[in-house]
Amino acid sequence: MESAETLDSTEINWFRRGIAAGIPIAFGYMPVAVTFGLLAGATGLSGIEAVLMSMLVFAGAAQYMALSMMALGSGAAEIITATFILNFRHLLMSASIRERAESGSKLNRALYGFLLTDEVFAVSSTSEAPIRTHYITGVGMIAYGSWVGFTGIGYFAGSFLPELLTESMAIALYALFIALLIPSVKKEGKVVIRLAFLGAVFNAVFQLWLSTGWSLMSATILAVIVYEGIDQKVIRRRKT
Amino acid sequence: MNMTMLGIIIGMGIVTYIPRLLPLLTLQTENWPGWSRRMLARVPYAVLGALIFPGILYIHDSIWFGIAGGAAAVCLAYLGAPLIAVVGGSIIFLAVIQLVV
Repeated sequence: MESAETLDSTEINWFRRGIAAGIPIAFGYMPVAVTFGLLAGATGLSGIEAVLMSMLVFAGAAQYMALSMMALGSGAAEIITATFILNFRHLLMSASIRERAESGSKLNRALYGFLLTDEVFAVSSTSEAPIRTHYITGVGMIAYGSWVGFTGIGYFAGSFLPELLTESMAIALYALFIALLIPSVKKEGKVVIRLAFLGAVFNAVFQLWLSTGWSLMSATILAVIVYEGIDQKVIRRRKT
Repeated sequence: MNMTMLGIIIGMGIVTYIPRLLPLLTLQTENWPGWSRRMLARVPYAVLGALIFPGILYIHDSIWFGIAGGAAAVCLAYLGAPLIAVVGGSIIFLAVIQLVV
């Protein structure tokens, strides 16, 4: 069956699967983007500026941070530097996905790289290796569409969701991460639990001293190093 | 449009894109030693743990709100519900809790 398909239809197929897998992200971004649009208006950005920021930056936490820095009167250089520091963590995620994804063309990689938020990374990278380029692109595109679209809606239409729902929707992205983690735990067992546990504990500790981006990145690096160390020790002990 | 604002937005876009893009274009991990490739492959699970905790505790004034929502998500995911159902179910669960409590 597979061989009967042309290359193009396989690619479209993976792209569609990516879109479907990304719908929960689109859903989870909705309240965050609407609130960003609202806040951008309150901070004094024009509608075009708010939407343009979502289109060109596509990084929730950094965009919120930029608004609060603008409100405090920070300069351009300060805001851009802080954004770089906050988003530097994606270097690690990008490297991890490079290891597990099919190679694909440079252009395709450059495209999905632009879309690689925490959530897009989490959804794409929990699928089986080799991860398809068009799958990642699909996941990223629907997330991006939601982020940009709901920024505009938030700015121009204001919050259309009842407060009860907005408060409850704060769980959405966390529920998504949990929903990604549990099936991996079922499938691969203790490896996944241990890694997630180490990541969570280190992050909780690092957050006491470090800003969000650095804490997340240091916790992840330390978790995989510690896990590898323990793993090697156990293997060595079994051998002797 | 305000030129300073445009500059900030474009600058933010560039410094966000660079770390997302560079490893994808420059790394060739095929010949890297085994341990480093294993570590890279394990990043997603460690990241997921760090993305969930402790952030989930701070979505509301009361930490129990996040814990309850998280517990609902764990149950739904454990029962094999699709992603969107886990997300939707947790939201509904918290909305109901807010109505009741």
